[in-house]
Amino acid sequence: MDIPHLVEWTIESIVIVVGLIAGFAYLTLFERKILARIQVRIGPNRAGPWGLLQPVADGIKLIFKEELIPNRADKLLFVLAPVITVVPALIVLAVVPLGPDMMIFGHNVTLGIAGDVNVGVLYIMAVSSIAVYGIAIAGWSSSNKYALMGGLRATAQMISYELALGLAFVGPILLANSMNLMDIVNAQRGLLGWYIWLQPLGFIIFLLAGIAEVNRDPFDMPEAEQELTAGYHAEYSGMKFALMFMAEYDKMIAVSMIAATLFLGGFWGPFVEQIPLLGPVYLLIKTIFLLFVMIWMRATLVRFRYDRLMAFGWKVLLPLALVNVVVTAVIVLVGG
Amino acid sequence: MTTDLIIFLGLGFVALATAISMLASRNAIYSALFLVMNFITVAVLYLLLNAAFIALVQVTVYAGAIMVLFLFVIMLLGAEHVEASPGLPWQGPVAVLLGLILAGEFGLLLFGREGTLAQDLQTAVEGFGSPASVGLELFRNYLIPFEITSVLLLVAMVGAIVLTRRERKESR
Repeated sequence: MDIPHLVEWTIESIVIVVGLIAGFAYLTLFERKILARIQVRIGPNRAGPWGLLQPVADGIKLIFKEELIPNRADKLLFVLAPVITVVPALIVLAVVPLGPDMMIFGHNVTLGIAGDVNVGVLYIMAVSSIAVYGIAIAGWSSSNKYALMGGLRATAQMISYELALGLAFVGPILLANSMNLMDIVNAQRGLLGWYIWLQPLGFIIFLLAGIAEVNRDPFDMPEAEQELTAGYHAEYSGMKFALMFMAEYDKMIAVSMIAATLFLGGFWGPFVEQIPLLGPVYLLIKTIFLLFVMIWMRATLVRFRYDRLMAFGWKVLLPLALVNVVVTAVIVLVGG
Repeated sequence: MTTDLIIFLGLGFVALATAISMLASRNAIYSALFLVMNFITVAVLYLLLNAAFIALVQVTVYAGAIMVLFLFVIMLLGAEHVEASPGLPWQGPVAVLLGLILAGEFGLLLFGREGTLAQDLQTAVEGFGSPASVGLELFRNYLIPFEITSVLLLVAMVGAIVLTRRERKESR
């Protein structure tokens, strides 16, 4: 607990939180632009050059909207729910290493807050498992039947897909022989060392379960607009609505960054050993690529029916993840 | 040492407060959420004891999986407001008796065997509480209890499925 370390952690925490807030704002623009391209439209182009100020305009608009609280809502939980939703999204990236060690002003600085903790993967599991509370509470406290249905669906969906997600973590853990994300990243140097080649099934399971976990298309049953009028956040307006949205987009960023760390070599890329600052850039590029894949899926696929969603999670994804774990374990044990 | 003590006192206060609030709350949703807070506080206590693995498993399993299911059932059934039930007549005295026995044993251990407790606490093995050491301990020294527990959990799971299936057949 010395002063330089405290300063380092404080700066890194601020960078991550501010980065996630800015990332949320520009991810909405990125998504709208790509959806527009795919649907042969132009997309937002009025606010600033190429619509670059659109997120700012949206933010200012939301600040000036009236904050409604339904009369029969549980006021305390209704106000707390957006906060409870957004906090896990902001803290989950604490264990993701953002770059290799480097020297700044004679100090050995590790990029990323706690990339070197020996329970990193478990931390991600723990945080993602409590992420469901905000949505469940939001659905219940609104005292609106659509919101309650959305909250219930979200709860059921997230606990179902969390199993497959957790099992998808096991592949990289077994291969790297560590739960430390730094070790997992360091085991994937070079393009051929990426775990996506050794764990293709694990990667696909992770991505699908991750998309389900953040309630994105085609798994966005909890907020299905046509049947639930936006589900758990139906009653939210103004900045509370913005917080709900921020949680969803920040979780997208988190899932993409964790997937890039576990399967796509994390921050490793050409010349990272010479110039450590390139590490975060490579990680960002990989993350943006995965975000593009998620948006692409949203534009391409239609929403699952609810029973199909459950059947897919329990009868397809979970057995496949189990088989993947067993096969990986046997190969690691036999092959060394 | 003193920072640890201050953190411990704060955590202990929160743990007690959430536990009492859970019992006192009239709304089942609030009770469930207080219990979640209690579990997370206990997890931080484990962290304070250098047991990161247990702490995170506590959050994942208890706060993340079991309590989410509780919350789900409460919300699904709309059972937020529980009527104050008359309860069983013998429950009160038995609860007092059991509580007294527990407090007595606790006091005996704390004050009667002060020396031994302090001795046990002083040494922590290298890598104590890490996933690897917990795993090795479980699969080397406690393999049979571990396997028995897994069979018990499997039986419970199969039992739950069988019970719900039978109910569905009857309702048809």
